[in-house]
Amino acid sequence: MTPSVFSAEGLSGVVFLVFVAATVAGALIATNARRLIRSVAGLALAFVGVAGIYYYLGSPFVALMQVLIYVGAVCVTIIFAIMLAETTESKLLASRSPFFIGLGVVASAAIVWALWALGRETPWKPAASQSGGGVEELGKSLLTSYGMSFELISVVLLVAIIGALVLARRGRSGS
Amino acid sequence: MNALTLSNSLETYLVLGALLFGIGVYGMVQRQTFIGMLIAAELILSGASVNFMAFNRFLAPDPVVGQVFTLFIMAIAAAEAAIALSIIIAVYRNFKTIDTNDVADLKG
Repeated sequence: MTPSVFSAEGLSGVVFLVFVAATVAGALIATNARRLIRSVAGLALAFVGVAGIYYYLGSPFVALMQVLIYVGAVCVTIIFAIMLAETTESKLLASRSPFFIGLGVVASAAIVWALWALGRETPWKPAASQSGGGVEELGKSLLTSYGMSFELISVVLLVAIIGALVLARRGRSGS
Repeated sequence: MNALTLSNSLETYLVLGALLFGIGVYGMVQRQTFIGMLIAAELILSGASVNFMAFNRFLAPDPVVGQVFTLFIMAIAAAEAAIALSIIIAVYRNFKTIDTNDVADLKG
């Protein structure tokens, strides 16, 4: 069955392809840009693409959280760190020697090939019946079945906040 | 297999997750600054999350589990980014650089 480009299914397929292209292009920019700030911009693009992918996987809540946490918080924090640490005179990053770049390409190509083949060859068994998965069920299970993990994650985040403050303050003049 | 119906097959998402993971590994090997390596680590984590969400959508009987796991991965990644960035700032204050080759005081 081939949907027309102008039908609803065709348009949603086109938007999906746009999200996939944004993800891959953003990831490539993030790893290959010569300026760190552009690399963070590529990372934000890749995260927006991944948020769209989550939407297509039937989870608007996780897509929203992806945009809020990754694009809104993590990318902005990385930009702050770049502005604090990166000096103005060393703007362009030095390139690795071709040997290491070749090594990286070979290693990642081997991993991608192995995972790709594994994903395509394995006879996945689809679930017999799927039910739920909405925001309401998600909230209920976060506070019942996964309540313990939820509280532990909160403690981890608290420790991370305090640890980050202590680490970043130490060695400052006058303290 | 039509290009417009790709969003309905599990393989598409698995291949996308593998691509994100591979690009992240490449960046991890090739980058020479701590912040670049942190960015590559974030790409690797999101590749793993895409895989979890894909299995959650197509294979899991209860499609809440994968979403909960992805939310936990996001929280861990945020904590990791905060700690890594404060370490980077501390390193920059002591060494005046964030290049991985210059921070080599313990090298024999």
